[in-house]
Amino acid sequence: MKKLTVSASPHAHSSETTTGIMLDVIISLLPAAIVSVFYFGLHAFAVLATSIVSCVLFEYISRKIMKRSNTVGDLSAVVTGIILAFNLPSTLPLWMVVIGSFIAIVIVKQMFGGIGQNFVNPAITARIILMSSFPLAMSTWTQPLVTRTGEAVTTASPLASLAGITKEADMVLALENANLPSLKDMFLGLRPGSMGEVCAAALLIGFVYLLIRRVISPIIPLTFIGTVAVFMLIAGKGNLEFVVYQLLSGGLLLGAIFMATDYTTSPINKKGKIIFGIGCGLITSVIRVFGLLPEGVSFSIILMNILVPHIENLTTPKPFGSVKEKKSKEGTAA
Amino acid sequence: MSKIVDGVLTAVGKSRGGIFVAHNKNTAEMPIERMPIPEKVVLPMAQHIGAPCTPTVKVGDIVDAGQVIGDSDKFVSAPIHATVSGKVVAVGDVYMAHGMIATGVTIESDGEMRMSPDLKPPVVNSREELIKAVRDSGLVGLGGAGFPTHVKLNYPADKEVDTLIINAAECEPYITVDYRECLEHAEDIITGVYSLQKYFNFKQIIIAAEDNKPKAFEILKKISEMDDHEDDVVKLMVLKSKYPQGAEKMMILSATGRKVPPGKLPVDVGCIVMNVGSVAFIGRYLATGKPLISRSITVDGTAIANPKNIRVPIGTNIADIIEYCGGFKEEAKKVIFGGPMMGVALSSIEAPICKQNNAILAFKDDKYLIKKTRDCIRCGRCVDVCPMGLMPTLIERYSKAKDTEKLQKIGINVCMECGSCAYACPSGRPLVQYMRLAKQVVREEANK
Repeated sequence: MKKLTVSASPHAHSSETTTGIMLDVIISLLPAAIVSVFYFGLHAFAVLATSIVSCVLFEYISRKIMKRSNTVGDLSAVVTGIILAFNLPSTLPLWMVVIGSFIAIVIVKQMFGGIGQNFVNPAITARIILMSSFPLAMSTWTQPLVTRTGEAVTTASPLASLAGITKEADMVLALENANLPSLKDMFLGLRPGSMGEVCAAALLIGFVYLLIRRVISPIIPLTFIGTVAVFMLIAGKGNLEFVVYQLLSGGLLLGAIFMATDYTTSPINKKGKIIFGIGCGLITSVIRVFGLLPEGVSFSIILMNILVPHIENLTTPKPFGSVKEKKSKEGTAA
Repeated sequence: MSKIVDGVLTAVGKSRGGIFVAHNKNTAEMPIERMPIPEKVVLPMAQHIGAPCTPTVKVGDIVDAGQVIGDSDKFVSAPIHATVSGKVVAVGDVYMAHGMIATGVTIESDGEMRMSPDLKPPVVNSREELIKAVRDSGLVGLGGAGFPTHVKLNYPADKEVDTLIINAAECEPYITVDYRECLEHAEDIITGVYSLQKYFNFKQIIIAAEDNKPKAFEILKKISEMDDHEDDVVKLMVLKSKYPQGAEKMMILSATGRKVPPGKLPVDVGCIVMNVGSVAFIGRYLATGKPLISRSITVDGTAIANPKNIRVPIGTNIADIIEYCGGFKEEAKKVIFGGPMMGVALSSIEAPICKQNNAILAFKDDKYLIKKTRDCIRCGRCVDVCPMGLMPTLIERYSKAKDTEKLQKIGINVCMECGSCAYACPSGRPLVQYMRLAKQVVREEANK
């Protein structure tokens, strides 16, 4: 008889794999990817393709140089590639896209040890560095093809129009004067913005898919978006239309659903996730309402990423049966 | 509080985590067969948790089945009996299934299975006599842990124990011997339950079974209704089938809502948990006086030609048992002693069955080999499924860093190695192995 395999228990394993999870994330990103190519045309496709291919290549090359195992097969570089492209304007020159991929994969991810080791989200960091390096190219927004009349013109993003609106005495009038797309257009994504962020409908389809497949927990997206909603309700003096505009514009949905939920850079425990989501929502809102920048989603996520180890320390669950020191009540902390 | 539906209790406490693993109870409808007496049996002196026994026979002795051949004067121990009649051919080191070497007695069977004439039903008139009878029977927990049962029953006088939980959950996949025990030996369970009640006067006896065993449930329900006490002491409780529902601490939580604190025992929260097979054995022993010399095991898995539930003398060679079940229909790549979640993978099938072993599973497919290991992605599935509220992913890190302080703070010692974390891990990380490493790290630090 041949040798038997000896390994530690358990001998049964679930069928879930890292690759399978990443594939699910890719599937959940597809609706938004298709919409962005449909809305922004061939160059959008080129940005998306460049981002994915360069991310995978950088992953392969950097692992090779560092003499580590090839991890292209786990598909995480493809996910980073798609999310990075989603964070870029469709008009961005392709060489800038490649720089973004380099920052995301080589500097942020592989130099810290690869998948599961980076302490900030690779795509967001790349976006922030690109934004500070090429501010003009990174804020050149065009209307989607379908709503474009004649030549492509650069326009202000809805968020830029919303900025400062809370300082107006008459919110209703101010909203009318701001020349914003209708809420229906905002929902369908018929507005200028980054490639993947515009279509709320497509992003929500992806969200539902991730929830059904149990890839992510809804806690971070809901607390993140919920916090922004509450904050904006107060800042907007109870104007609901303003709140909905805030939720649909910028990268809030993209960030809350796909980037703040990144396993590696968000807390594992429920309590931690709640703190993380609320933190992201608060920082986003503060930047949007009081900051000089129109958008705060990426900064909020990266700031909260850095805090994750501390959040984790605060929220480590008590092991089964241990009694809280101050309370005499029996039971464990969740 | 627990609700009563059709005379059956529902769980009181809600446990966290756990996994839904395929049950694969393929042998559930296969009655327990008796395997022919093997030519020889090997009886290791360490078949339980606690002090190993010392052989009381020497080479050349003729022994009867049921005769004591090994005993210990230590409290945490249980005597070993000859499981066949015949001649002692060797006393010395033997290989046990998990690779350890122990002193063992090898008996060549004379094929007669002559029972020792000294065996007669014990006289039991008090709790002390019952505990002594349980010790004499050589009983250890038949569910897998192998803790001497008399030790469990002989708890310190200052502990107030009001609840006996009879564990019929059998939450490990494949294994069906407890289920068969309920179907085939209900009368032994009845004798066991009501004898224990007579001398221990528990406030409640909860028989707990998972909801995926309706036939056993009917029988257990009848047993619980045979109560002649007015205050309905014996009750049946239905539990959701979820792994590791049958783990002692989970069982106590589900049945009573009590949580056993880290480092404490079930008696500290007023509970004793016994496997249904152990209870049935006590019943049988009280009626016949026949000690623990054989046991039922499930033989199953994708590589076994004819899966069966069989009753074998303890000490039977695993290879002989597999042979009796038609051998391997295809090359076995992994053979497991026990269930697929907590069982031990064997390096060789030339080893004896011990008292606490409840299954032999042999697999041909890669599914039960080793999952491809990738880096941890911090997905948190291990944390979600941990019934003990631990963070296995962090424990892996801390154990590699030998960070004893953090390991203790996170509560590594409450880990019962149920394997839920490693089951759920999409990156195939051998988390249970790291849990064991972490415990070792903590132990070493404590011994410094």
